[in-house]
Amino acid sequence: MANILVIAEHDGASLKPATLNAVTAASKIGGDIHVLVAGKGAQAAAEAAAKVAGVAKVLLADDAAYEHQLPEDVAPLVVSIAKGGYGHVLAGATSVGKNLLPRVAALLDVAAISDITAVVSADTFERPIYAGNAIATVQSADPVKVVTVRTTAFETAAAEGGSAAVEQVAGAGAAGLSSFVSAELTKSERPELTAARVVVSGGRGMQSGDNFPMLEALADKLGAAVGASRAAVDAGFVPNDYQVGQTGKIVAPELYIAVGISGAIQHLAGMKDSKVIVAINKDEEAPIFQVADYGLVADLFKAVPELTEKLG
Amino acid sequence: MKILCAVKRVVDYNVKIRVKTDQSGVETSNVKFSMNPFDEIAVEEAVRCKEAGAATEIVVVSVGPAQAQETLRTALAMGADRAILVQTDVETQPLAVAKVLKALVEKEAPGMVILGKQAIDDDCNQTGQMLAALLGWGQGTFASKVVAGDGKVAVTREIDGGLETVELKLPAVVTADLRLNEPRYASLPNIMKAKKKPLETVTPDALGVDVTPRLTTVKVAEPAKRQAGIKVPDVATLVDKLKNEARVI
Repeated sequence: MANILVIAEHDGASLKPATLNAVTAASKIGGDIHVLVAGKGAQAAAEAAAKVAGVAKVLLADDAAYEHQLPEDVAPLVVSIAKGGYGHVLAGATSVGKNLLPRVAALLDVAAISDITAVVSADTFERPIYAGNAIATVQSADPVKVVTVRTTAFETAAAEGGSAAVEQVAGAGAAGLSSFVSAELTKSERPELTAARVVVSGGRGMQSGDNFPMLEALADKLGAAVGASRAAVDAGFVPNDYQVGQTGKIVAPELYIAVGISGAIQHLAGMKDSKVIVAINKDEEAPIFQVADYGLVADLFKAVPELTEKLG
Repeated sequence: MKILCAVKRVVDYNVKIRVKTDQSGVETSNVKFSMNPFDEIAVEEAVRCKEAGAATEIVVVSVGPAQAQETLRTALAMGADRAILVQTDVETQPLAVAKVLKALVEKEAPGMVILGKQAIDDDCNQTGQMLAALLGWGQGTFASKVVAGDGKVAVTREIDGGLETVELKLPAVVTADLRLNEPRYASLPNIMKAKKKPLETVTPDALGVDVTPRLTTVKVAEPAKRQAGIKVPDVATLVDKLKNEARVI
């Protein structure tokens, strides 16, 4: 059976959780799992990858050219490794994975399969289409399957227990097509949105960004991450990386509390796999109530502070 | 600089889609179609580039059935100069579309190609990246800001943790995120004018591209339905249910 190459997402020191979800998806395909860590000074991330349960080998490409993991530079590296006998190339369907893998697939002249939610067999996968309103089962006849993995659809692999060897690999380095200029990251003390056990999201009903601290207070009580609908992002209440939905982040927490969110198709695409959904909305006709396990028709400006208080 | 813009005709974003009972796909007869929302943003960006003097001509392209002409006319009404329809009735998968676009790029020699970041029907988010790979160009995906300069373009991208800015050597491929701009409505006079703008129709064969789908769709099914929930009368009941029934807090 051919080996599986998982592309690690990391910050040099540690792995992003999405990589662990991708390893789990890889384990369902069957075959030796190798993890590629491309970066600059990424020895620590490679060592972390070597400890992940189920990983047989870690390939470390340490080069200044891979510092910001620009796809123009990393894709040729992945392609040259993949050609050495891999049947699958996997990555988490994060902004990094979505940016890189289609470029890899095109260079290999194979189709890419985006955002899989289940592995049916080594060549057949399930993936949502039409904003999650249909599930397509697709089969690939290509020699290499290039696949991004919906992180919320697979458990995270255990970060300890493995003892893979770390092997250095060399790539062609910088392609000279692009360069990193700057990054502006949102800082938050709260858990990461896509990995949080509880998510509290606000929509247009919040009326203003000034009212979001009310949700943050509730989130803090629950140890939750704060999300938002597109309406709240477009109105400037919160930064765009808070957005949950078809075009934002896909979350599947144990508890999702939607506050002042009507529940448009595009928003539901990002959260309807949550275990328990609570909706707080004053419009009892709002579509969100059709997917909510518990609905409260009430003015959020009264209900949210009361809820925060009662949880204390 | 010439800009090439790719647009796709998709089921309108407001339509609640239905899966066919034989599980062969999604019902598309008697359903409203419109331009993929991300592509409207791509066209708008191209038009703004032209208005700012950074672009000289905008060519819009669509790969799809004869009805995709309407989508191209919409783009022309928004301000594109001419259109090319690559007509085919087979299901258009990203790799095939990227190859068609590559063939057209070689013919038209644009300085930049702008696409939407994903189509809302297949939700693939692949075509722009694949096109950049095939051309050996830089890619600025999920763009929320594009500043074209001399021989290069600065693209601010939406990433999971916030924003990132990269600089690409031109020519380059850019894919538009929702926050790049607010697309304009085509006015009636512009819709009338668009009918007179050139629209060329070619076939994939004429471009030497094989568009046969590479992935086989085994079936399309409805997602698992959620159980209908209950409405609670007050916050106290809600807390009680979450603690004792759902046991999530």
